[in-house]
Amino acid sequence: MESVVFIFSLIDCCALIFLSVYFIITLSDLECDYINARSCCSKLNKWVVPELIGHTVVTVLMFVSLHWFIFLLNLPVASWNIYRFVMVPSGNMGVFDPTEIHNRGQLKSHMKEAMIKLGFHLLCFFMYLYSMILALIND
Amino acid sequence: MSAPAGIPPRPAAAPGGARAPAARPRAPPCRNGPVQSQVHFPSGYSLNPENYSAPSTHYPQVPHEAIPSQLDNQYIADYHSACYSVPAQSVMTHSIGPGMLNTQQLYGGAPHPVESSGGLLQEAVSSASHLHTSVPQSYSAMSSHYISSTSSSVASQGFPLSSGHYAMPSVSSAVYPHLSYPAMSIGSPYRQVLTSQSLPAVGQFKETNAFPGQSTIVPRTLQQQVTLGYNSTSWSTSDFQSAQENLSRNHTGSVAKASNQINTVGIVDSSHPVNQNVQFTKPGVETSVSSVVTSSVRTPAADHLIEPASVPSSTQPPESLLQEGMQYGGYVNNQASSAPAPLSSSSDDEEEDEEDEEAAIDSSSTTSSASPVTNNYDALEGGGYPETDSATSSPAPPPQISRNTKPFGYGYPTLQPGYQNATLPTSAMQPSNPGHQSGFQQYPQYPGVNQLSSSLGGLSLQHSQQPESLRPVNLIQERNILPVSPVLAPVPNLNSDLRKLNCNPDSFRCTLTNIPQTQALLNKAKLPLGLLLHPFRDLTQLPVITSSTIVRCRSCRTYINPFVSFIDQRRWKCNLCYRVNDVPEEFMYNPLTRSYGEPHKRPEVQNSTVEFIASSDYMLRPPQPAVYLFVLDVSHNAVEAGYLTIVCQSLLENLDKLPGDSRTRIGFVTFDSTVQFYNLQEGLSQPQMLIVSDIDDIFLPTPDSLLVNLHESKELIKDLLNALPNMFTNTRETHSALGPALQAAFKLMSPTGGRISVFQSQLPSLGAGLLHSREDPNQRSSTKVVQHLGPATDFYKKLALDCSGQQTAVDLFLLSSQYSDLASLACMSKYSAGCIYYYPSFHHSHNPTQAEKLQKDLKRYFTRKIGFEAVMRIRCTKGLSIHTFHGNFFVRSTDLLSLANVNPDAGFAVQMSIEESLTDTSLVCFQTALLYTSSKGERRIRVHTLCLPVVTSLADVYAGADVQAAVCLLANMAVDRSVSSSLSDARDALVNAVVDSLSAYISSASNLQQSTLIAPNSLKLFPLYVLALLKQKAFRTGTSTRLDDRVYAMCQIKSQPLGHLMKMIHPNLYRIDRLTDEGAIHVNDRVVPQPPLQKLSAEKLTREGAFLMDCGSIFYIWIGKNCDNSFIKDVLGYPNYASVPQKLTQLPELDTLSSERARSFISWLRDSRPLSPVLQVIKDESPAKTDFFHHLIEDRTEAAFSYYEFLVHIQQQICK
Repeated sequence: MESVVFIFSLIDCCALIFLSVYFIITLSDLECDYINARSCCSKLNKWVVPELIGHTVVTVLMFVSLHWFIFLLNLPVASWNIYRFVMVPSGNMGVFDPTEIHNRGQLKSHMKEAMIKLGFHLLCFFMYLYSMILALIND
Repeated sequence: MSAPAGIPPRPAAAPGGARAPAARPRAPPCRNGPVQSQVHFPSGYSLNPENYSAPSTHYPQVPHEAIPSQLDNQYIADYHSACYSVPAQSVMTHSIGPGMLNTQQLYGGAPHPVESSGGLLQEAVSSASHLHTSVPQSYSAMSSHYISSTSSSVASQGFPLSSGHYAMPSVSSAVYPHLSYPAMSIGSPYRQVLTSQSLPAVGQFKETNAFPGQSTIVPRTLQQQVTLGYNSTSWSTSDFQSAQENLSRNHTGSVAKASNQINTVGIVDSSHPVNQNVQFTKPGVETSVSSVVTSSVRTPAADHLIEPASVPSSTQPPESLLQEGMQYGGYVNNQASSAPAPLSSSSDDEEEDEEDEEAAIDSSSTTSSASPVTNNYDALEGGGYPETDSATSSPAPPPQISRNTKPFGYGYPTLQPGYQNATLPTSAMQPSNPGHQSGFQQYPQYPGVNQLSSSLGGLSLQHSQQPESLRPVNLIQERNILPVSPVLAPVPNLNSDLRKLNCNPDSFRCTLTNIPQTQALLNKAKLPLGLLLHPFRDLTQLPVITSSTIVRCRSCRTYINPFVSFIDQRRWKCNLCYRVNDVPEEFMYNPLTRSYGEPHKRPEVQNSTVEFIASSDYMLRPPQPAVYLFVLDVSHNAVEAGYLTIVCQSLLENLDKLPGDSRTRIGFVTFDSTVQFYNLQEGLSQPQMLIVSDIDDIFLPTPDSLLVNLHESKELIKDLLNALPNMFTNTRETHSALGPALQAAFKLMSPTGGRISVFQSQLPSLGAGLLHSREDPNQRSSTKVVQHLGPATDFYKKLALDCSGQQTAVDLFLLSSQYSDLASLACMSKYSAGCIYYYPSFHHSHNPTQAEKLQKDLKRYFTRKIGFEAVMRIRCTKGLSIHTFHGNFFVRSTDLLSLANVNPDAGFAVQMSIEESLTDTSLVCFQTALLYTSSKGERRIRVHTLCLPVVTSLADVYAGADVQAAVCLLANMAVDRSVSSSLSDARDALVNAVVDSLSAYISSASNLQQSTLIAPNSLKLFPLYVLALLKQKAFRTGTSTRLDDRVYAMCQIKSQPLGHLMKMIHPNLYRIDRLTDEGAIHVNDRVVPQPPLQKLSAEKLTREGAFLMDCGSIFYIWIGKNCDNSFIKDVLGYPNYASVPQKLTQLPELDTLSSERARSFISWLRDSRPLSPVLQVIKDESPAKTDFFHHLIEDRTEAAFSYYEFLVHIQQQICK
């Protein structure tokens, strides 16, 4: 059972890693002026909710399966995701707003955030991998 | 229903076809380009349909600034001669006055009378003698400098002789071989460096001349120049005069006569006084320059005078050479320090290097820019010059000296009188010969002494005397802090040559006119760094350049500007990225003087504001025609307010003045709960109304003929405009389907782009984009939280972005009596680069002030210039970066603003940060390029360039602070803050801005008492302006403020240019019942009195007086109860105070002196701005009085500090 949980987490984590890389690539495209703000934001906003769900599911799964350490590790990132999603002002077009992304260093902070998430997911990936192998051996 | 027969009654109006689904055009996917839409709209575009269809597909994505394509030589290099007749910009006009007058003028505030040439001559004499007396000093200094240099023999030789004046010619003979024109030996450039430097040095001397108090700067004399002066005696004096005249005249950039031969003896023009050579003023001090001056530089005047025959038969008239010397000396400031530029071309993705072809054409013309020489210079630039012994005579200053000697030319008003005393005893030198005199006076400097003496001068300037702008002001003690005349922009502390070339502060202003070198220094100063732009301002004089190649830097795409440096004739160095570029062949020819080989005299290089006519490279599609669409609210509410009459009437009057050409198109859409279109197809007998009631899925009832050619359908349009106000008089429809109407308008406009003018009178209540009232009237005066400053829905933002992508701007006129959620509605204009007008409680008869305001605004709105499909790019020197933009536009990429329309009343602001420290440069430049399509279908680029010095000390940063610009930028930042965070945060941030900057100043100036509130003179108005901001409608709390009013004020802060915004924040108050001619100025034969500014406090109001308050868009005239009856009679035209009506909005034209004065003053104020403000006369007891008293910001209100209390509050904060 435990191995199934970790196999699922591993797959989910892979998806999140890819998503983070996609965010980084798209944002740096915008930075280099290869795409315009509008298309960049509409591309990214599409993936905000999947990312949110993907990560929340893992977190909840860890909570249910009583892996406290991993759950606590995931909790801040998951709550940040939810907070960010909920706090979008009503007039904005999503977490990424084309009219504001070039202002006040938002682009940079988005970039930083995506980088941090990438690192975090990589860390998680190895943790899940380790736990999965451990669980498989124990089985 | 009084509608004319032609317009069918509404219910019956919808033709069957219009409603039939079959007739629905499949709405063209707006983003992907109107390829198919040209099928529907053939009328306007049928002329060139294939042109339109092809590029439009990728149109929205690709920025327009340049389209890579082959160079199209359709534009020959002719200049608009009309524009060029006086290309000297207003900056140049100062040069009429004697000498350094322009600087003086700026500091002294009062214009100098133009002195007669006789007086000037006298002055020249005196200054010459002044120089003469100080010569020995300079020589001694110089000799010490030169004693070690090997090849400085010429210099040292010249030195003793020049003190003895009459021996000079012999020196000159020794010198000239080196200078002789064609003999450009490789070894000689350094000598030429010497000469070329001397020319700028002239200016330095002039500066000392202008400010005798500064004469700690030892006048330097260049022996070669002196020889020139003496040689001129051997030639005819008039000869010299004319040379000089040529020289000065060319430099102003005025049209040089084609036959500008020096030999034209006798052009002794008294209007070109000797002192005009100020124009060459060059920071002699800033000698970091020398290394770049190239082989082709020489003192042509000298050349010419000595060996006129040796001037080769080349196309270059001698004065051009002189000019070269001038320029090379003048524009090399950040040369020596600059890093070698990357040679790889990394152009913007949408911009192509079209100059590749011209690269590296090194013609061996008579101008001897031989490559070895240039190589030498490259070596020099690389920092190799100390080693080249043979070059030691070239004044390559040690870097530390040049740093020390950064010119701090702060003018000291106290020194001004000294300038006038032209009666200095003329010593041994008698003015026996004017040419002689002027010659001597003109070339007073010796480069060797340059560094020493100027460093001395610089030191003494900085230490012995503090610049006026740094004078500490005790804010609490000084009661009358407001100057009597309106505050002027501080002048950047550049040498007068660059200063003259610099961009007009009205178009381009920086919050810090001395840019701190590092971000750390900027952080220490706690002042915001940013630019305030008014790029599309109405200009009276604008050089327009038609040229097939627009010269731009190949790596950063900067347009060539006055602050680039020419390394030699063939190459110029970009002042933003320091890349060395080639001068295209075509640029070598100067159409202004019709001469070849003087790229630095081209108008692009002579003016910091120029406009280029762009070639087809800068187009993605043929320039669009002017297209105007009016979307009018005709619901009950709107009809009741009666705005339709005013709009239609105003449009009728201005129909012919709408900017545009023969292709101009116009259309109308009205809406209530349905959307009505008007078929105005030519050939119809009457306009046809088409109603679409399916507002959930809006469609265009007919593919064409809704937007019609203005000229072909003029009669129909007039019919419609005449009928429209009466068509809906009996409507009972109260709903408003604004969203669907806008969607329809967007569909209508998307094939072409253009301008949508929306008139809305209430909260949109139907269809997409409907809004709900969010304002709680009880919270209007809340001191705590002000909510709903941001938009409620993203519908309008999305719509605006769609419009922006299709080059359509939406202008909003909101005329409502109740809450209409401007915060949401404004988004449609904000992001589509439109403009917003708001008329609270508008009613055509109950509120005549607003009605009049609407009328005036509309007149301006219809007739002002307009630029379509515009983009603006702001570039700045490497090391600086822009991080936030303010204004109405969409930021398409990091430095590119997409402006669907640009209008002359739009202002922008940007915040900057210093990413890399600016250690290797002494100047930074900013350039905005606005590419737009004029209403005549021309693609044009307007370029502004601003140049500012870099400083290293905190005191200098404070000295250069521009308080008005800083306050405007802070206001913009505060608006962002209040929307993204909260109003109270924004208010705190404003107060903190003052507290932080003042405490940083106090702690930096150690000699000040810590206990008092002290500000540098440059920032003395900072607390006052911030207090004014806190009491502004946008940010005030505690006073009842309607949400829409507040949001509108915020919109204005974001989009108004600085001048207007400052009046909004801090109005000007004048007392007008006792206008006198004292200090009056003359404008167009009218005497305009200049009453002093009063402080904004009730203490200044007296019941006996009458006061005028200039709030930018409105003038209040407040009349005291006991106002002088003669004033009321003479100016207002009423017998006494009691008979003055409550709502007076006009001053009668009475034939009395005081009336004439008052009217000329008011009309002068009016003329100074594009929007004609409305006038409101307020009696002491009228209810409108509160509006007036709200603006008295120095007084205490129930919810806010008085000025004094605010100062005390700040002091407490600082001491904490």
